[in-house]
Amino acid sequence: MPDLKRAFPHFEEPIVKIQDKIDRLLDSDPGSPIVTKLQKERDKLVKKIFSSLTPWQKVQLARHPMRPYAMDYIESVFDDFVELRGDRNFADDRAIMGGPASLDGTTVMVIGTQKGRTAEESVERNFGMPHPEGYRKALRLMKIAEKFSFPVVTLIDTPGAYPGIGAEERGQAEAIAKNLRDMMEMKIPVIVTITGEGGSGGALGLGVGDKILMLENSVYFVCTPEACSAILWRDASKATVAAGTMRLTAADLLELDVIDDVVPEPPGGAHWNRQDMYDTYKKRLKHHLGALKRTSSENLFIKRYEKFRKMGVFENTKK
Amino acid sequence: MNSKKNNVPHGLFKRCPKCDYSIYSKELQLSLWVCPKCDYHFRLPARRRIKMLIDEGTFKEYDSDISTSDPLGFKDIKTYPEKVSEYVKKSGLNEAAVSGTAKIGGYDVSLCVLDFYFMGGSMGSAVGEKVCRAGERALRKKIPFIAVSASGGARMQEGILSLMQMAKTSAVIAKLDKEKIPYFSVMCDPTTGGVSASFAMLGDVNIAESRALIAFAGPRVIKQTIKQDLPPDFQSAEFVRDHGMIDIVVDREDLRGELIRLLRLFSGKPANK
Repeated sequence: MPDLKRAFPHFEEPIVKIQDKIDRLLDSDPGSPIVTKLQKERDKLVKKIFSSLTPWQKVQLARHPMRPYAMDYIESVFDDFVELRGDRNFADDRAIMGGPASLDGTTVMVIGTQKGRTAEESVERNFGMPHPEGYRKALRLMKIAEKFSFPVVTLIDTPGAYPGIGAEERGQAEAIAKNLRDMMEMKIPVIVTITGEGGSGGALGLGVGDKILMLENSVYFVCTPEACSAILWRDASKATVAAGTMRLTAADLLELDVIDDVVPEPPGGAHWNRQDMYDTYKKRLKHHLGALKRTSSENLFIKRYEKFRKMGVFENTKK
Repeated sequence: MNSKKNNVPHGLFKRCPKCDYSIYSKELQLSLWVCPKCDYHFRLPARRRIKMLIDEGTFKEYDSDISTSDPLGFKDIKTYPEKVSEYVKKSGLNEAAVSGTAKIGGYDVSLCVLDFYFMGGSMGSAVGEKVCRAGERALRKKIPFIAVSASGGARMQEGILSLMQMAKTSAVIAKLDKEKIPYFSVMCDPTTGGVSASFAMLGDVNIAESRALIAFAGPRVIKQTIKQDLPPDFQSAEFVRDHGMIDIVVDREDLRGELIRLLRLFSGKPANK
């Protein structure tokens, strides 16, 4: 269960209130028939609230402070994870972590952006906003994976690549661009999952692969709704409106043919039943990896190329 | 990512936006739209840029029939189609990119030039498609690919589809890379965001015009984030070159010559004129 003292979005409030009551009762009178009644009430409420989430509410869920992060998936879905650090050039970026791990006996290279949960951790992880060395570390790990024929699994949850002086000096644009090109050419299967926030180029820098998955309540966007509203509406308070028109939810992206699969989340979102989330994700991941195993590396490139090449919608007047 | 609307140099006189000097349009034309007083490089519309780069009369335009769609039904203060049609009217282009084949110093090239005056040169599906087709044309004809960028980045009004143009254009660069077709990327003022972080930074040789702004995140965003003043010349072409991301910074008058030299060196043979 989530820590109720943490910040949560407003629309979750009624659910959290009932849960609070249930927890108190379970403490004092676990056999009480009221508990079952309250639980039923809670489940009904969850269903009601979550069946009609607005895009902005999904943004809030994707950013939920209790949402599982890359490290949580790594610990719960994989075994024997060994973290590999550094880009062999400048530094180790803590906003991206990765290394080999076992997925039921198959070695895969897992790479993910990592947000922090405490204030201290958030600073250490730079709020999940990578510097160029993070993208370069990720690419180094992918090249190792390619060398030893390990499939690559990337887990994305970032507000975006960090906009700072050092990041610019060390070539943030180049680092992301190079990943886009080189991930396209990877001779091993690459499975991308947006687990929370898919923040623009910072997300795409780990986001080129054979299958693109999104968790049900995750979002993926060209720029944050806040930035979009500030620029296009010239009014930062229009973020909710912007979110509504940007089409950034998993369902939207599936419809736009940008992603391949939406991984369902437990009622109330991934943070309400983490184990259930990990189990579902693991099943889906194994399914996609299994399907890609039989594809030759040359065919992987051809299909991956076609997949991205056809993205976009435009008019072509004379055919 | 809107352009400054009245900056296109036309009319009898033109004022330099940097030093305020008034210049005869004729004189400006002779100086390739570089301020004779302060050396400011005016931003160039795509067609003017192409004319300046290529051997006269050799440009064959392709894909001018590709134009914008409105896949999201996007509306902010105006609808997206309304906004686009304004730019179409103003620029005479139907999108922020012009592409085709041409000769430069006698060498055949495939060319794609972005136009900052068309919605800030922003890359949506149509621009991405034109970049890709120009790259693929280079592949088919086995001629070098030259992309000339001037863009604020991905176009917000096409949402995630614009972001995906970064992956799509980089995919074509991956193919050029595999097939060993030379790709020269020319970055003009400004080249930022989704364009700098995709095909523009991936040249075998990266070239930039003097003092062009070249960045991932623009200076305003960075200032807001870190709440500090930025170092002088931060994100200028020279700064970016000195930090290892660009090979050559040239004045506008030297750009064509530099490209011809590269075309000669990479082909290893004299031009067939």
